[in-house]
Order: sequence, then structure tokens, then C-alpha cells
Amino acid sequence: MAQAPTDPSSAEAADPEESSPNMIVYRKIEDIITRMQDDKTGGVPIRTVKSFLSKIPSVVTGADIVQWLMKNLSIEDQGEAIHLGSLIAAQGYVFPISDHVLTLKDDGTFYRFQAPYFWPSNCWEPENTDYAIYLCKRTMQNKARLELADYEAENLARLQRAFARKWEFIFMQAEAQVKIDRKKDKTERKILDSQERAFWDVHRPVPGCVNTTEMDIRKCRRMKNPQKVKKSVYGVTEESQPQSPVHVPSQPVRKTTKEDFRKQITFLNLQIDRHCLKMSKVAESLIAYTEQYVEYDPFITPAEPSNPWISDDAALWDIEMSKEPSQQRVKRWGFSMDEVLKDPVGRDQFLRFLESEFSSENLRFWLAVQDLKKQPLQDVTTRVEEIWQEFLAPGAQSAINLDSHSYEKTSQNVKDPGRYTYEDAQVYFKRSVFFISHGCIRTLEDKTTFHMLQLLNHDLSKDF
Amino acid sequence: MCDQTFLAIVFGPCDKCSNEKPLRAVYIKSEQLSYCSLCVEMMATEGLHENETLASLKNEAESLKGKLEEERAKLHDVELHQVAERVEALGQFVMKTRRTLKGHGNKVLCMDWCKDKRRIVSSSQDGKVIVWDSFTTNKEHAVTMPCTWVMACAYAPSGCAIACGGLDNKCSVYPLTFDKNENMAAKKKSVAMHTNYLSACSFTNSDMQILTASGDGTCALWDVESGQLLQSFHGHGADVLCLDLAPSETGNTFVSGGCDKKAMVWDMRSGQCIQSFETHDSDINSVRYYPSGDAFASGSDDATCRLYDLRADREVAIYSKESIIFGASSVDFSLSGRLLFAGYNDYTINVWDVLKGSRVSILFGHENRVSTLRVSPDGTAFCSGSWDHTLRIWA
Repeated sequence: MAQAPTDPSSAEAADPEESSPNMIVYRKIEDIITRMQDDKTGGVPIRTVKSFLSKIPSVVTGADIVQWLMKNLSIEDQGEAIHLGSLIAAQGYVFPISDHVLTLKDDGTFYRFQAPYFWPSNCWEPENTDYAIYLCKRTMQNKARLELADYEAENLARLQRAFARKWEFIFMQAEAQVKIDRKKDKTERKILDSQERAFWDVHRPVPGCVNTTEMDIRKCRRMKNPQKVKKSVYGVTEESQPQSPVHVPSQPVRKTTKEDFRKQITFLNLQIDRHCLKMSKVAESLIAYTEQYVEYDPFITPAEPSNPWISDDAALWDIEMSKEPSQQRVKRWGFSMDEVLKDPVGRDQFLRFLESEFSSENLRFWLAVQDLKKQPLQDVTTRVEEIWQEFLAPGAQSAINLDSHSYEKTSQNVKDPGRYTYEDAQVYFKRSVFFISHGCIRTLEDKTTFHMLQLLNHDLSKDF
Repeated sequence: MCDQTFLAIVFGPCDKCSNEKPLRAVYIKSEQLSYCSLCVEMMATEGLHENETLASLKNEAESLKGKLEEERAKLHDVELHQVAERVEALGQFVMKTRRTLKGHGNKVLCMDWCKDKRRIVSSSQDGKVIVWDSFTTNKEHAVTMPCTWVMACAYAPSGCAIACGGLDNKCSVYPLTFDKNENMAAKKKSVAMHTNYLSACSFTNSDMQILTASGDGTCALWDVESGQLLQSFHGHGADVLCLDLAPSETGNTFVSGGCDKKAMVWDMRSGQCIQSFETHDSDINSVRYYPSGDAFASGSDDATCRLYDLRADREVAIYSKESIIFGASSVDFSLSGRLLFAGYNDYTINVWDVLKGSRVSILFGHENRVSTLRVSPDGTAFCSGSWDHTLRIWA
């Protein structure tokens, strides 16, 4: 049962944020990225590349990254490595230096690693004011590499309209940022500018690209307190932070009470008393099941005449609707009572056999009880009474035979009618089917039914 | 004249209430104490609970867990994949997208097959629920829910109705009508009411009962006609994200998985938890029974899928790879149980050899997370739904 060494109540003490699903992935990626940059243990070669009149600092080729992933994460297929690399890029941990679209290519394209300050694990949710400051800043600097792309220019125009009243403030912040940036070393600036751009490529992606910051709403409740003021990328503090509609305030974690522990103890004691099977037996059983059904599994044994989805021909389904079952289909009925009853044709044949060979009352009783379970609640009491009158009450029209024990129990159950009133009677019925059909098999002429019953009896015998 | 044994009575302050009274010796956890007769009486009727502190109960639970693990470990004589070495290896698989269903305006969150092996119902973040004939890719019905994030949908066994729900905390049933003049939404029936989002729903083997799972930490069984709660299932310590009914026609159990990392098996009649499994490191997003009903698989945010056997009461296999780091969102078995299809948050579908534990194939195609995956009723194909707004049929 419980094999986890960790104490369930320790979740209360640990940082809930750290165990959130997003964070688990981020930490794994960060581990990969850190190993990738570690040149002591065979990391990727990060170099400064000479180009035209300038140098490109701190880059690695896509091909090098792909190769590293294949070698260090035991990936055999190149396509898989490229896909994983692209995801790492899309999350914002590595980026192409000359493209807003965050994917990984297996060639000489240059990539740079993202600065830890901008890592997604810092739970950034940058506001539009920050984005406005950023775009504004870009337009102030006279550099070809900082020119706005079309979609960015459109975004800027939109923000200018939205923040018309605040624009002076935004402009001032942008100017301040430009001043700060100018003081930095030229090479350092190149790197920082690209990292900042990659950050915004994650949070304001190119139209048509996947926004990897989107979250599954079911997991949002573990977020940090949404009331807390969100930090600004540029250190701008806003008086009124709008509340994100996505965040639902998280429930306080319920502490385990004495009652909870007592219930656990009762449950555990029950489990300890449970009779379990050895792994070897379980393994044999699982293997036996798949081997029995493998010929019916269209993914492993191609369907005859064809798989409709592959051939665009629904012939297979048309054949199944017909009343003439194939040998293979009949064989399947013999696997278990469930199989006979699941297949409408099998069920039909089985019922007709039982009807012809001996009293139909037992059969109709069984069907009525199965049906009872599917009734709407308001009809249940009436049905229970009807079944009792027809099959079990003294002088019943279609009296069935139950052993005295089952009869006793059932008449007790009927006093408090419910969907499961006749469960005990059903078990007895199954048993009688086994014994009766076992006796009848020798006299059967119909080969199909004979074959099916043989197999069915074999399966039923396992119950006793 | 008969022998009389005299009982020596000690007078003094009671160890419990401190009153001066005739005392009796009592033994609690091998310790001898002296209680007055009143305190002895109280203690006997209330049991020994007062002396159980939170810490002592916790310790008892821990030691029992340890003992249980010991007992189970004794039966762990071999690994599944070792026994499976004698099984023939599977050949190469060519699985492709055979149909792409486009029409949702936002993330596809859930889907279910109709028993007729070709129709499906799917639900999306934008509140739309669509019924498709996926063989022809035609849309047959569409309804807009009053809420966004419709996280659960299900097809009724008769094929005549669908159920769905999500952020509205409810599960509603819509009868399917082919009358062009009838508005599907008009006949809507509100069946289930939870106190938090609906994460999963499934009809039992009739149109009359629905089983639901919710972010409020509970599962529940409802009567569709009356909307009445038939049974509720308490035990998860956090949101329940998924459930699956045992495959037998006569079965009365189901399994659920939640954010508390636990998978629990329930008795539908009594509402009791029969078995519980806790080996995942994060949320369990999906659970599905092995076709024989003796085991079930789970997919989790810890990037692994696992197989649990009910007879061994234990995890019996883990399906994982160093290169798979994103969570598994949904799992399902092929008809024979030999293959496990799992959809992941890294946009891929991995196909696992259930017995040998190895990965057989990786399928690319979706352009965003795979959120839902189900094998068709006759096992000829499986359908995957994704945050990229599409559904794909693979065979």
C-alpha cells in the first residue's frame, strides 16, 4: 500500500509552491540547463563568435545543444531531442539570438542561455505597464538590433492608447532604464538586451506561438498569495494592482486531526489483514490476460477485413452488426460471463439457450435484477416489490428456486428496498447456471452454443 | 463457614481527578495507575482515547504503515518486467493521425466515446461542448455551457445523452435530439452539485446514474432523474482530478486520483474506500482500469505513469524516461491491456509496453499540451484532445 517514505502531513510544513506541478518541471529543466553549461562535466561549448565587424558573445549552436541532449539524457531519436530542446526554449530557458520565435533548430543557429533573474520559476507575471516601459525603451535606443518587429509595434500602439493618461510616467521609467543600461559594458549590454527580449518573448509571445505561461486552472490554487503585490520587472511599484481573474484563493490546508488518524489506523489494520497475491502470480495473471486478448486488439493484430480508420471503410462495423458471429467472436464469449453479456449477439444466444433448456424463470429473474440496478431512484421501490411478487413471494407466478439461506437474506433485504436488494440471490443464480449447463452440455447439438458453454463453464468454475 | 478473601482498599488522591477516594489499580499501556471508581467507570466507557495524543496516534499510524509495507514487500518476489521477458516483443508500430477534428475555439479539455465506436463528445475552455461523428468529422450537436473551462464530459451508454460540467461546480445532462427546431440547452437537467469545480464525470452502466469527481475533494454518485445524491465518497485530502469505473458489467467499484498524490479504490454501495495507493510524487491527473479490472494505471505531474495491481495491493510497474520531464495528463489501455497510451504536457503521446515497461513509440502532432486521451470502445483507434484546440484520431 503506502510506499512513500514521506509523511503526508509534512506537506503542510514544506513550501506548497515548490511542489506545484509547474515548479516541478521548472526545477527539472533548470537541472538540465545547469548541467549543460557546466564545462567541467562535458557541457556544451559556449563561445564568442566573430562576425563581420563585431563579436557575438556567449553563444552555442543548436546542433551542439541537440547533441548534448541526446548524449546526456539517453535520447536515441534526434527528433525527440529537438522537440525537448524546443520546449526548453519555449519555456524561456534558452533562446535564439536572432529570432522572437522560441524553438530549437538542429543546425548552426546561435542560442544563448537565459539569466536566472528571468527564469520562469521566479513566478513572473509581468504587467502591461512593464511591457509598455520595455517597448518604449526599445524605441529610444538607436540600434538596428533593437528595432521593433511588426507585432511589437502594434502592441506598442495598443498600449499607448490604453495607457494614454499614464504615458508620461511610462516614458519617464523608460528613460531611466535607458540611462541605467548605458552605464553597462557593451558586451554585457548585448547579452542582457537579448535576455530581456527573450523574457518578453515568453510572456508576450509572437502571435501564433504557444503561450507557455498559460496554466491549468485546476492547479492554480496552489499559487502564492494572490493578494501580495506583484513584483515589477523594472522595480515599478503600483498602488492598485488589478487582481488576476485566474487566481482562486487557495484553501487553507486542513490539519490532520485525531479522528483522521483513528480512521487511518482502522483502515491500515484492515489492509494488513487483507490476503494479497504474490507478484509472480499477479504477473502471470496480467500476462495471461493480454495473451488471451491479443488477437482481438486491433493495435497489435490488424482487424479483419480492415481497420475502418485506416481504410476509410466501415465494413468491420457492418459485419459486427450482423447476426452471424465469426468463430473468433464466439471464442471470446467463452472468456467470461461479462463477454457473453457485453456482446448483444452473444447475450441473445445465451439467453435463448437457457430458455430452451430449462425454466425461463431463473433467467428472467436474473435479467430483472440486472435491470433494477439501472432504474431511476424513484422507481426502485416499486420494482423491488414487483420482482418479489413475481419470483419469490409464496405462491409466486414464476417461482424460482433459491437455497434457504439466500431466501432468508433476500426477504430481509426486501424490507429495506434498494438497488442491491437481490445481490445474494444473483450469486446463487450464477452457481445454478454453472451446474445446469454443465449437465446439459453432453446433449447439445448446436455446436456454437456447445463451444461457448464449454468455455463459459471453465470460467465460471474459477469462482467456486 | 466459607473462606473469605479480603480486598485491601487503599485510600488516597486519585491519579486522575485528585479527589480523596477509595482507589483501584488500573493498567494503561503497562503503567500502573490508581483511579477512584468513578474515574475507572468513565475511562472504561470512553475507552482509552483520552490518553491518546495526536503524536501517539500519528506514531501508531506510522508504525502500522511500516508494518503494512513489510508485509507487502514479503510478497514482492519478482518484478513484472522480469516475468515478461518470456513474452514476445512487440513489432514496430505505425500509428498516424487518421482524423483531425477542428471546431473548438479554445483548449480542448475532455472527450468521451459513444458506444457506437465512432461518435465522440468533447468539451473546451470556451464553454462549448460538441458531439462529432469522428469517422466523417461532421459536427452533429453543439451546446454552449454558461461557464468556461468545461473540464468534464461523458457520453451516456444509450448514446442518447451527454453529461458535462466544470467551473459551474455542476454536472448537467443534455438529451441528444435530432430535431432541428429543438434547442439542446432547453432540455438541460442539472444533476450534480459540488462546492468546487467538476473535474470528471462518468455514467455507470446505465443512463440513470452518474459518478462525479470534484475540486472539493469528494466523489459522488447521483440519480439522474431526480438529481438526488445516492452516495458520497470522502477520503481524498485535496482536489479529486479523475475517476474510472471498474469494467465489469456487475462491478461495483471505481478508482479515483487526486492532488493529494493518492489513488483510491471505492465500494459504490457503502461509500467506503477499499484500497489506497500513494507512490506518486505529484498530482494524479488520470486513472484507468486495466481491461481485466484487476489493475489500473495512473498518469501524474511527476512525469511518470504507474501500474497498480489490486490483488497485490501494490505498485507493480513505473513507466518513465529521463527525457520525459513534463507531466502525464491522461492514460488509457489498448483492448488487450498490452499497450498503455499516455498524453503529456510536452505535446506528445508516448506508447508503453505495459508488461515489459519499455516505451514502444512516441507520437508527435499536437501543437500544445495533450489534455485528454481515450481508446475507442472496440479498440480500433484512440482519440486525443489538446490545448491546440483540436482532437486527433490515431490508428
